[in-house]
Amino acid sequence: MLPYISRRLLALIPTLFFASLIVFVTVRLIPGSVIDMMLSQNDIAVGKDRAQLEAALGLDRPMYVQYLRWAGAALRGDLGRSLWQNTPVTSQLLERLPVTFELGLLALMVALLVAIPIGVYSAVRQDTAGDYLTRSFSILMLAVPSFWMGTLVMVFPSIWWGWSPELKFVPFRVEPLKNLSQMIVPAVILGTSLSAVTMRLTRTMMLEVLRQDYIRTAWAKGLTEGPVVMRHALRNALIPVVTLVGLQAPLLIGGAVILEQIFVIPGMGLLLLEAVSQRDYPIITGVFLVIGVCVMLINLLVDLSYGTLDPRVRYRG
Amino acid sequence: MTTAAAEVLEGLPREHGAFTGFLLRLVRKKLLGAASAVVFVVFLLSGVFAGVLAPHGMNEINPINRMKPPSLEFPFGTDNLGRDMLSRILYGARLSVIIGFCAAGLATVISVVVGVTSGYLRGRFDMLMQRLVDAWMTFPDLVILIAVVSVVGPGMPQVIVILGLLYGIAGSRIIRGAVVGVRENLYVDAAQALGAGTLRILWRHILPNVLPPVIVLFTTRVGVVILAEAGLSFLGLGVPPPAPTWGGMLSGSGRTYMYQGPWLALAPGLCLTVVVYSINMFGDALRDLLDPRMRGTG
Repeated sequence: MLPYISRRLLALIPTLFFASLIVFVTVRLIPGSVIDMMLSQNDIAVGKDRAQLEAALGLDRPMYVQYLRWAGAALRGDLGRSLWQNTPVTSQLLERLPVTFELGLLALMVALLVAIPIGVYSAVRQDTAGDYLTRSFSILMLAVPSFWMGTLVMVFPSIWWGWSPELKFVPFRVEPLKNLSQMIVPAVILGTSLSAVTMRLTRTMMLEVLRQDYIRTAWAKGLTEGPVVMRHALRNALIPVVTLVGLQAPLLIGGAVILEQIFVIPGMGLLLLEAVSQRDYPIITGVFLVIGVCVMLINLLVDLSYGTLDPRVRYRG
Repeated sequence: MTTAAAEVLEGLPREHGAFTGFLLRLVRKKLLGAASAVVFVVFLLSGVFAGVLAPHGMNEINPINRMKPPSLEFPFGTDNLGRDMLSRILYGARLSVIIGFCAAGLATVISVVVGVTSGYLRGRFDMLMQRLVDAWMTFPDLVILIAVVSVVGPGMPQVIVILGLLYGIAGSRIIRGAVVGVRENLYVDAAQALGAGTLRILWRHILPNVLPPVIVLFTTRVGVVILAEAGLSFLGLGVPPPAPTWGGMLSGSGRTYMYQGPWLALAPGLCLTVVVYSINMFGDALRDLLDPRMRGTG
């Protein structure tokens, strides 16, 4: 198992190298734009001309020098400093990452809590009214844009009952309950939109597994529906579902960007949007790198979890 | 695409001519899919004929009629500048049609070119391409879109090209999978043995046989692209205002007025949902009818 993990971790390096290089170069394709913005805001750039500003921010060097310096520092955990606030990017990311992680985790829990029971139900009761109803609902949820859902949740409860979600963010460490009550609305919106695909796959896999010989054996030895479905069928049907969860990690993070913007949650998504509007290159590159690493680690975890779910899977270094 | 689609349809039973035969099968076997196709066509036509159908101009400001709730004169109400929401929705449909079809078309072409060459040539080229696709797919669509738009600036041509590129590369995996299956067929070996060139084999033997997944991919991509563009416009990174994009109508200054005029929040989102839902259902039905191998996936 250990050699397998280390081989997988090593394989991350070239992907990350390519990705960081692409991001680093594209983000800088319009040179000087951040300088223009700074020059137009006198309080930051007072008494400095363009060349001085460029030199101060290290933007006067050739791009490959900038990249090599950045990559060298990144390997030591230093992702540079924000061009505007001059704060270390790493500390900003560390502050924002747990927030997005919490939102993502809650959304994932919602998605699985919705998807798996419905998927199992509509497979066990295939072609009944309940099956059609739950399936149509889940396909509908695929089409509802999360930013529209978010907008509706902001607007209508406030008109009808004078209730609106709390927009002043409270970190989990400070007041866990208040924090959860803030996070649960966006998490439910994000989770239900993700649940549709998971639910369909759960249903498909359950239908396939329920037709296997060992299920017939389980029925034949007199087991009731509960143990047959839960212990014999579901566990075997879940393996591809777990893979899907890994594939959905980018969707989860992408969806978080929009919901963080609507509900003013200071996570990675909001940080990215702020950085983009200010062309704060080091932050944009840092956000990208962290998201890339997160997605790859999630996929590694997913691959490792097969071993627990399916004893037939063994890892070879 | 039209001649390509006709070639696929030729393979279907010809009781009534290819196209009507296909329509009959759609209605008989997939009623919901057929109904979705109707909604999709209505959306398409209202986009194309927005100029004729819309009772008012898309940016016709009318201060006397500002924030009017839905009525006979303004079926979807008016916004904070007194602009007719119905007209803006119709012109918004036009933008969605243009972006949806252009970007999905571009994406499909890219998917086919990358997928077919990668799947047919295999070897080192395939290996390199697939690692690049891996790196590409690590990042959330929206995050890539935001970063690229921040560089090239918002605007329709940019959005079309970026969406096309983004979903084209991701979709190439599906086409590659189909090509890998097709190239193992004996008729490909036979063509090679007869001395046919690579291009001829790709064009005459591989491409026609992967057309069903290509058509399905294009259809579903239209929905995905429309949704992605709406998300970008919502964040203020799509087609800039005053263009009446459905996503843009839900954001920006419109948001502050929704508390006084909740109808402003309803129409754009509802239209998006109905259109994307019907495209998904239509795509599903097409997949079941055209490509039995893809049934029940995704």
